[in-house]
Amino acid sequence: MAIRTEPVTINLGPQHPSTHGVFRLRVTFDGEVVIDVEPVFGYLHRGTEKLAESRSYVQVVTLTDRLDYVASMSNNLAYVRAVEKLAGIEVPERAMYLRVISAELQRIASHLMATGFLLNDLGAFATPLMYCFRERERILDLFEMLCGARITLSYMRPGGVYQEPPEDFWPALDIFVEELPGYIDELEGLITDNEIVLARTRNVGVLSAEQAINASITGPMLRATSVRWDLRKADPYEVYDKLEFEVPIGATGDTFDRYLVRILEIRESIKIVQQAAREIPDGLARTPGVPFNVRPPKGDAYAAVEGPKGELGFFLVSDGGIAPYRCKIRAPSYINLTALREMLVGWKMADLITIFGSIDVIMGEVDR
Amino acid sequence: MCDEGVGGAFCRLERFFDGLLFDGFLPESLDWLAYALAGFVLAATIVNLLLMVTAGYTWFERRALGRFQARLGPNRWGPFGMFQPIADGIKLASKEDLVPDGADRPVFNVAPIALMAPAILVVALIPFEEESFLGSLNIGILFIIGVTSVNTIAIFMGGWASRNKYAMFGAMRAVAMLVSYEVPMALAITGVLLVAGSMSLSGMAASQAVPFLLVQPLGFLVFLAAASAEMSRTPFDQIEAESELGSGYHTEYSGMKFAVFQLAEFMAPIITALIVATLYLGGARGYGPIPGQLWFVVMVAIVIFVLLWFRATWPRLRIDQIMSFAWKGLFLLAIVNLFLVAAEVFVLQDSETGELSTESLWIMAAINWVVTVASVVIVANVLGQRHIQRLEPVASPLANMHAEAD
Repeated sequence: MAIRTEPVTINLGPQHPSTHGVFRLRVTFDGEVVIDVEPVFGYLHRGTEKLAESRSYVQVVTLTDRLDYVASMSNNLAYVRAVEKLAGIEVPERAMYLRVISAELQRIASHLMATGFLLNDLGAFATPLMYCFRERERILDLFEMLCGARITLSYMRPGGVYQEPPEDFWPALDIFVEELPGYIDELEGLITDNEIVLARTRNVGVLSAEQAINASITGPMLRATSVRWDLRKADPYEVYDKLEFEVPIGATGDTFDRYLVRILEIRESIKIVQQAAREIPDGLARTPGVPFNVRPPKGDAYAAVEGPKGELGFFLVSDGGIAPYRCKIRAPSYINLTALREMLVGWKMADLITIFGSIDVIMGEVDR
Repeated sequence: MCDEGVGGAFCRLERFFDGLLFDGFLPESLDWLAYALAGFVLAATIVNLLLMVTAGYTWFERRALGRFQARLGPNRWGPFGMFQPIADGIKLASKEDLVPDGADRPVFNVAPIALMAPAILVVALIPFEEESFLGSLNIGILFIIGVTSVNTIAIFMGGWASRNKYAMFGAMRAVAMLVSYEVPMALAITGVLLVAGSMSLSGMAASQAVPFLLVQPLGFLVFLAAASAEMSRTPFDQIEAESELGSGYHTEYSGMKFAVFQLAEFMAPIITALIVATLYLGGARGYGPIPGQLWFVVMVAIVIFVLLWFRATWPRLRIDQIMSFAWKGLFLLAIVNLFLVAAEVFVLQDSETGELSTESLWIMAAINWVVTVASVVIVANVLGQRHIQRLEPVASPLANMHAEAD
């Protein structure tokens, strides 16, 4: 007698420990195997793009903080670069270095969080997560010195950064980048050669380079598929062309590569921060004379940065007023989700969680 | 007038009540009264002591996990947060007891008790001194294997009755996993049984002139792995799998029923440590000048801590990997251990009495350690991942960052 089986449909989320916010997946299982996935999102939609149309250009900076709320610096940077391009504002070189330092620190913080939560999804009982958070905490302390805030930073302004860092920021930064490689070694010792981590992540959720490019995936996810593409090198902005760093890539595009690329990127970011802190010139942190209500001429501009999750771009249209006529955000988390179905179907429930975790989505950015 | 099959403490207590009541005070025909009184007092003591220890252990586990994770753990109420279990108890007891719509009520209500009862029953047999306190069965270990198997049914009852798909997933995994891991566990115990030549726990503890951890390291490893799967903690916590299933079979439970589930869950490492200490670490036998009970308590604490260490460090395996680890890894190792020990016992035992001398135990230990290291390395290389070389990344030609420069 043949055993009759029936597919089971389960709602994963929006309230679920591993959905990284309020994401919902309608998953159809055949036993433990995923046979269909239907993502449902929009639970965190706050209408950021529409809100931006009724804020002045400087006020919109605070809105961008709430997009990818674990990487506010990168959001700030992408947005103010779009404004500067639109209004033709010059930025002092010192401000560019400060922006690079803070954006790279933010990349480290964001990758640490992605790694920690990936390990939590793998079932490690919060230990790697707490290790990651311990280091991230120190980055947040540095940000607090820079601008007084820890999460929603609003540090950057059209024409520079909010203010010159305080005196004791530099020694604190030096100590931190000195100690961080040791902490990353400690974290890697716990994870990278772990038999269980390897069994759970290697060759799981493989995304090919073709698939990734066709889905216009960017960031560590793309680089894990062995495509060497990084906006910091491909289209250098700020002072990245003056700094030495590698663009790490993965070999197969599996979950393990996505983890490893993030760890390697953290190490590269440490190098960038060290160089930038060494080479930063004297000067102003902000172009004087940029009015609070910037009124760019009619036109449009697109500026993108390599955010921790991928290409983060802002497309601004100006009608000559004090607020953008249109503000379109290219959110990497959202676009990286497009290949979700291809990656998930055929894997088991436990893999579904880890593959989704390895994409590193932040729902604030997906829903906007 | 102690009967066969009752423990030492029980025996003493019965004699005490006997003297108290029947010294010309009550007729001899009421003899059973002393028996019942002694049983009741001892059972109440053991159950309550176990519950107290478990409550204390929840504090220890959370506190130690906190230290593992570079945080503090409970630290608000009482010295070092030691009264936290009381606060937890009050909170859980005062919560609303929800039964989901469409749940199978009787099964739903019985499940927590069905999970808790076997755990407590096991403790009745543990020899805390030379003999067990309450019942000294001559087939003690068979009783333990049988009774602890009930938790599979209890977990399935909880998962099935909840009428929740997550709970159902957890329950299905539980059945597959727990049934599989009972096989290597029983085989590992058989190795102990062969050397000890006795099925009673006190007999097993008494025969360990050399702790069986040294005599049968392979059996010990298999038993420890299988036991941590049986109590479903990382790396085997498929049944709860917090990041996948919410909390598995007890997703729908709240209030006191949830508390009972939690209690049973926190009891599991204590019970496991008691059994491991009895089977492999000499139990309350004591070595040299060390008092037996002190040795026992220290060993139990060490085993508990090691199990906690596993939990704090490792991620979780996938369900198919767990099954293949049971059948391709542990089962094989248990078989190797069993045949090896059987052959050694056959060769080394005294032909007259069938007993093993201390010297032969040391010889066994020497052989078994070599075999253990060899077989574990072989199995790890066949099943493991670490020896597989990582591919060197080669940049894909699909996108070239330096296109303009070329």
